[in-house]
Amino acid sequence: MPDPVRPMIEIRGVTKRFGAFTAVDDVSLVVRAGEFLTLLGPSGCGKTTLLRLLAGFETPDAGAILLDGEDVTHLPPYRRNVNQVFQSYALFPHLSVRDNVGFGLRMQGVPAAAAAARIRDALAMVSLAEQSGKLPHQLSGGQRQRVALARAVVCRPKVLLLDEPLSALDAKLRHGMQLELKHLQRKLGITFVFVTHDQAEALTMSDRIAVINRGKVEQVGPAAEIYHRPRTPFAADFIGQANLLSATIVGRNGTTARVRAAGGLELTVAAAGLPAGASTALLSVRPEKIHISKHRIEAENVFAARIEEEIFQGATDQLTLVTDQGTRLHALVANESAIQEAFHEGDRVHCGLHPDDLIIVQAE
Amino acid sequence: MSAIGIPSASAARDRRQPGWRAWALLAPMVLWLALFVIIPGLILIVYSFCERDEVGGVIFAFNADNYRRVFEPVYLRIFARSIGYAGLTTAICVVLGYPVACYIARAGEQLRNRLLLLVMVPFWTSFLIRTYAWMTILKQEGLLNGLLQAAGAGFGPLNLLYTPTAVVIGLVYAYLPFMILPVYGSAEKLDNSLIEAAHDLGAGPVRAFSAVIVPLTLPGIAAGTLLVFVPAIGMFAITDLMGGARVPMIGNVIQNQFLQARDWPFGAALGVVFMLMFALTYALLQRRHASPA
Repeated sequence: MPDPVRPMIEIRGVTKRFGAFTAVDDVSLVVRAGEFLTLLGPSGCGKTTLLRLLAGFETPDAGAILLDGEDVTHLPPYRRNVNQVFQSYALFPHLSVRDNVGFGLRMQGVPAAAAAARIRDALAMVSLAEQSGKLPHQLSGGQRQRVALARAVVCRPKVLLLDEPLSALDAKLRHGMQLELKHLQRKLGITFVFVTHDQAEALTMSDRIAVINRGKVEQVGPAAEIYHRPRTPFAADFIGQANLLSATIVGRNGTTARVRAAGGLELTVAAAGLPAGASTALLSVRPEKIHISKHRIEAENVFAARIEEEIFQGATDQLTLVTDQGTRLHALVANESAIQEAFHEGDRVHCGLHPDDLIIVQAE
Repeated sequence: MSAIGIPSASAARDRRQPGWRAWALLAPMVLWLALFVIIPGLILIVYSFCERDEVGGVIFAFNADNYRRVFEPVYLRIFARSIGYAGLTTAICVVLGYPVACYIARAGEQLRNRLLLLVMVPFWTSFLIRTYAWMTILKQEGLLNGLLQAAGAGFGPLNLLYTPTAVVIGLVYAYLPFMILPVYGSAEKLDNSLIEAAHDLGAGPVRAFSAVIVPLTLPGIAAGTLLVFVPAIGMFAITDLMGGARVPMIGNVIQNQFLQARDWPFGAALGVVFMLMFALTYALLQRRHASPA
């Protein structure tokens, strides 16, 4: 379980430039001991550079990195008690599975007998005990991935860094490995810093997610918080689906405010996220938060709409709605069992939205 | 119908056994090898069991006398010297060529292409001209001694030309590109993340080098060793010109038997032993590299 107090990694105002390009821009972030933190962002956002700074493959141009209280900013990778699982796995092609896993122990000078026992345990942990004599090229992609994992955790690092380790696996195997990694992390209690561009993967695995965009951390928090309470337009759009509505504020009334979305749809929102004096706002609405019925709905925000498009997705139906005011919204409804309640293109429906589900992601 | 569609069974057979088309494509090379390698090789073997007559002709009298002569101390010493010089040349080429090859492999694309071009520039000039150029550099009143004097070196002119040192300098100069290029080939393929993984697992620069970089570039070193050692051991032009024939290597002796001494059978026997030596070196190197993929 993550320790809520003890920081394992402290990143303090770290900046890294490559020529004119700023890959990591004044990032400050605390990783707690024992937590599974995911660095999530699109390719080129700086998440991998941030990981490489933690591993010691890059040195920051400004700022400091502390590992368990010790300043490691200028320590080379081989003097840091962190280990990495590489995207390409980076298994040594000339060494057997056993020798790959034992490489770190050999470098640390662990006595042969103790090392052999730890290698055996690590291979058993990833169910590869049978394959220990094979060379990497004789293994499948999934098996190589496990060897890379065993090779890193056998060193008992304070932090395990994972650079998109599942991206080369096919979808089914990837999902299995996501859960396996999460269980492994809980069992070992090692702090994991996991890099991915796959928001579904991040939601599945992480205790907390750091959303990164253009070298900056946009938001840090538990998966559910990031999903339900995104704080920036980027976070809302990148994680899950979101309807982003630009709106003008037309009135305030204590804890609520009235806004008018482009097209004229008027909605009530919670005023808590709205700074005093703001006149415009960007709202995020998750598609599944829009209640849709063929009958009248009792809700704070109700409006009528026409179904422009319906896409059947198995468990869910994806709908494109056009409100009477002309605002286009994406909605997601569960396909329960009611065939009679099924929606079709051209249907007129009633929609409802709770003010708390209208998230203000930007206001000025 | 069958002229258009090739049945899959015959396609599979084509892959196993070369058909007439493949033989037709290979024919020029097979013919060349047969005429200029296999048949001369066989003639060499036959001659090596013959005797010479007074005027340098070949008498077909089959015995192993020539081979007995090959193993006389005087020739064994020359063999040993040849192996020693070629070995030293190879070792120096590894020491000089390896870092250069690794540096080129790590350089940016533009710099890399320019450096590779520089490695190959010497081949634009005749090998003999380059060897004569070295002689003018190394001789007593040559460029090197001139520069030393101009720099005010406190020691007299160096007697380099016509010494073993000159021979080794000449050999290293001639064969260094043949070490750099294959090592570059395997260093260029070396995935940088493997070196990072080694560092990540606690290996400092020295241990990452010895445990990861060297083993993974060994195929390049082996190929380079073969390309340097084998020709260096048989080289006679450099030993003739830069060694002044004072430090003959096996190549010079063989050349002598055929051209000056006119003892073709003995020259042939030396040549056969020489070839067997290559075959052995090659087999040993191959065996070392058969196991790791």
